[in-house]
Amino acid sequence: MKLGRVIGTLVATEKPDAMKGLKLLIVRPLTAELEDDGEPFVATDASAQASSGDLVTWEASREAALLHDPSFIPVDHAVVGIVDQHALESPERAR
Amino acid sequence: MILGRVLGTVVSTVQHPFYAGKKQLLVGAVLPDGTLDGTRYILALDMVGAGVGETVLVEDEGNSARQILGDPKAPVRSLIVAIVDSVDVPAPGGV
Repeated sequence: MKLGRVIGTLVATEKPDAMKGLKLLIVRPLTAELEDDGEPFVATDASAQASSGDLVTWEASREAALLHDPSFIPVDHAVVGIVDQHALESPERAR
Repeated sequence: MILGRVLGTVVSTVQHPFYAGKKQLLVGAVLPDGTLDGTRYILALDMVGAGVGETVLVEDEGNSARQILGDPKAPVRSLIVAIVDSVDVPAPGGV
């Protein structure tokens, strides 16, 4: 998993049947210290409750597909959960 | 597998049900000499009771994770599978 920030949502009516009913989020990937880390992508919401501004965890590729029920739908990024607490306790830093 | 150091924790309440009750740790990649790589990090599920500051081995591949978890549908890619006691990398040209 990686950290990300939900920076927006989007709606699409015409999409694969397996994606019907899934919320779509625009997520900006973050570093371990919550700094921007690359270009935003669109992800489905496997936590069911994420919205703009939330700090989230996300997963890509096959694991994203497996996050949904019925599993193995054609998605490549999915939000796993909303982060309540993020603590970098080590005196060292990832960046 | 990736050599890493546990940098901190991430706690979520609202998340995919599979992750409920599982400890998520923030792991920074380290070089063989033990210094932090500085850019790469992973959020991984802890299988071994690792703590902040410990050097660990992270399995960062979904099928391996599903084998270890014994669940072919687990939506998980990264697991902390070992706590590293020591690393020995002889210097090039050394004994």
